Amino acid sequence: MNFFLISLIKTAVVLFALLTTLAYLQWIERKVLAHIQLRPGPYRVGPHGLLQPVADVLKLLTKEGVMPPGANSFFYLLAPFLAVAVSLVSIVVIPFGPQVEIFGVQTNLGLTDLNIGVLFILAISSLGVYGVALGGWASNSKYSLLGCLRSSAQMISYQLPLALALAAPLLLVNTLDFRQIVEAQGGFWLGFFPKWNVFAGPFPQLFSFVIFLIASFAETNRVPFDLPEAESELVAGFHTEYSSLTFAAFFMSEYANMVTVCCVATVLFLGGWQPLWPAAYGSDYAPALLFFAAAAALFYHGAQALKTRMWDRFSFPVFGVVFLLLGGLFLVPVLQPVLIPLFWFLAKAGLLIFLFIWIRGTLPRFRYDQLMRFAWTFLFPVAVVNLLVTGLLVALTSK
Amino acid sequence: MDGLLFLTFAAIAVGCAINLVLQTHPISSALSLVGVMGSLAVLYLLLGGEFIAAVQLIVYAGAIMVLFIFVIMLLNAGAEKRPTRRVVALWVSLPLLFTLIALAALLIESQAPKTEVVRFGGFSGGSALAVGRALFTSYLLPFEITSILILIAILGAVVLARKEI
Amino acid sequence: MPNDFPIPLPAPAVPLAWYLILSAILFTLGVAGFLFRRNIITVFMSIELMLNAVNLTFVTFSYRLKQVDGHIFSFFVMVVAAAEAAVGLAIILTVFKNRSTLEIDEVSSMRL
Repeated sequence: MNFFLISLIKTAVVLFALLTTLAYLQWIERKVLAHIQLRPGPYRVGPHGLLQPVADVLKLLTKEGVMPPGANSFFYLLAPFLAVAVSLVSIVVIPFGPQVEIFGVQTNLGLTDLNIGVLFILAISSLGVYGVALGGWASNSKYSLLGCLRSSAQMISYQLPLALALAAPLLLVNTLDFRQIVEAQGGFWLGFFPKWNVFAGPFPQLFSFVIFLIASFAETNRVPFDLPEAESELVAGFHTEYSSLTFAAFFMSEYANMVTVCCVATVLFLGGWQPLWPAAYGSDYAPALLFFAAAAALFYHGAQALKTRMWDRFSFPVFGVVFLLLGGLFLVPVLQPVLIPLFWFLAKAGLLIFLFIWIRGTLPRFRYDQLMRFAWTFLFPVAVVNLLVTGLLVALTSK
Repeated sequence: MDGLLFLTFAAIAVGCAINLVLQTHPISSALSLVGVMGSLAVLYLLLGGEFIAAVQLIVYAGAIMVLFIFVIMLLNAGAEKRPTRRVVALWVSLPLLFTLIALAALLIESQAPKTEVVRFGGFSGGSALAVGRALFTSYLLPFEITSILILIAILGAVVLARKEI
Repeated sequence: MPNDFPIPLPAPAVPLAWYLILSAILFTLGVAGFLFRRNIITVFMSIELMLNAVNLTFVTFSYRLKQVDGHIFSFFVMVVAAAEAAVGLAIILTVFKNRSTLEIDEVSSMRL
């Protein structure tokens, strides 16, 4: 009973955190894209647009849901919920931190600890094709059908390099369990260089990491592989005919897929919750220092705010104080075993999410035949060769 | 708990299988089959076959059925036009079906010893390690032959479905 | 579970025979679908249902004998089913291209 209660509490916490993250990920994306394009982005709804996601959610909830004529209503309504369910489920196997003790309860920072964690992620991403395929087909519209066929073909084509790129670091760690993969990446060479899989011998998994990232861009339908949902090409692809809550569901599933893929890349390649340099050299104080530096920047900019940005004079110092408190939270010794691994994990995953958004603002999109040709004639052979080389080196150097 | 899980997912599997046979539109049948495969994956987990459960979802539900749905969408297959069902056929076939299933069930119940039960965790040899070890030692020849089989299937599918210009 | 649950639940462990009976039911339903449906694709899906039922039997007996060989056979069945699905659907596409119909009753030009 205790186990069920703890799992329930952890699930509630993770679900709440994930859903809030998804909403504010949209804000981050719009802000980063805007600053790449030299414009302010959402600015007026709340200080620096921080209440924009709330406004967007309210708008989406109160919009009228229109079903196109001739649409198969059962599948039309099933598809977005299938997409959301599948994309939210995959967060279950990802470990956020080591085993910790909170209020006297020993628990893993993560929802489950499956023996076949990697296979579970592959299975769930295979099932993600159904939401897209059904949604586009059930809308009874040319753009949707074209978008869904292209999107599903793209997703299944890129699943192969994804799986092969996933398999290569598994040869180094010899386990399918995510928690054990992260624990195998602990320790440091020469006392300071982290033993993450990207740097690990006998073959640093740099190529696998890059292939995995490219394949996951295609899996999550992000730029430069977002032709199936590009506005100038196919109106909006498979979610053309969806409005209000169902559109919000597709939107949410896309961001959840992005978060999942970044978390998986963090765990498999970047060492999960392992710090960048040993704790003996002070890596435990890195999060606190980071937050204090952010607070200092906020105070500085708040004091220097232009006359046209009067709000910043008030909001920036307030946020500065909030960041100071958060930084102070990392110095509390009771909370350190929980917060510091969590910080490293979230920092790495956050960097990858920033990379996704950065590439969205930078690169143009592939044409569809270029996309498919890239998958089958370049990425797949490279992934196979990478796997073979990894296997060869592991076999040669193992005792 | 095991019993509840088994009953639930067995009911879902049988319900989806009946739905597969009864639905007129191929897409509904295809999704019912996906439902069957999903519930069978859970039953494999109860039987200790974690690797097979994952492979079932990845290969069967995630690839083969997507291929089915692709072909159905490509061919724009509509709902089947039902001919007038002959009442005699219905009144004869359904009881015969039930009789067949009941006979099979009775035969199985009489042969299987009552003490054989399935507990979750009773068999731990279905992990990826065990399956991999067996695949690469005792069953290496079939494993390599299936790779050639898949190559032949790829060639066959590409040749058959090619556009003749 | 409370003791006054409306239907009698089985003991926490499930008898092995029930898995085999479920497999038999699924196989029979697959045969019924194979014989009574007229759309080629649905007939093909009934074949896949039969293969799934057989997989369940293999895994059940693997549990009973406490060996992993049943899982291996099931794995090979899945691989063969994948190859068969690919080639079979390609054949269906060719049939549709030539005859513009998906009903097996109409593909009868070689019947005696």
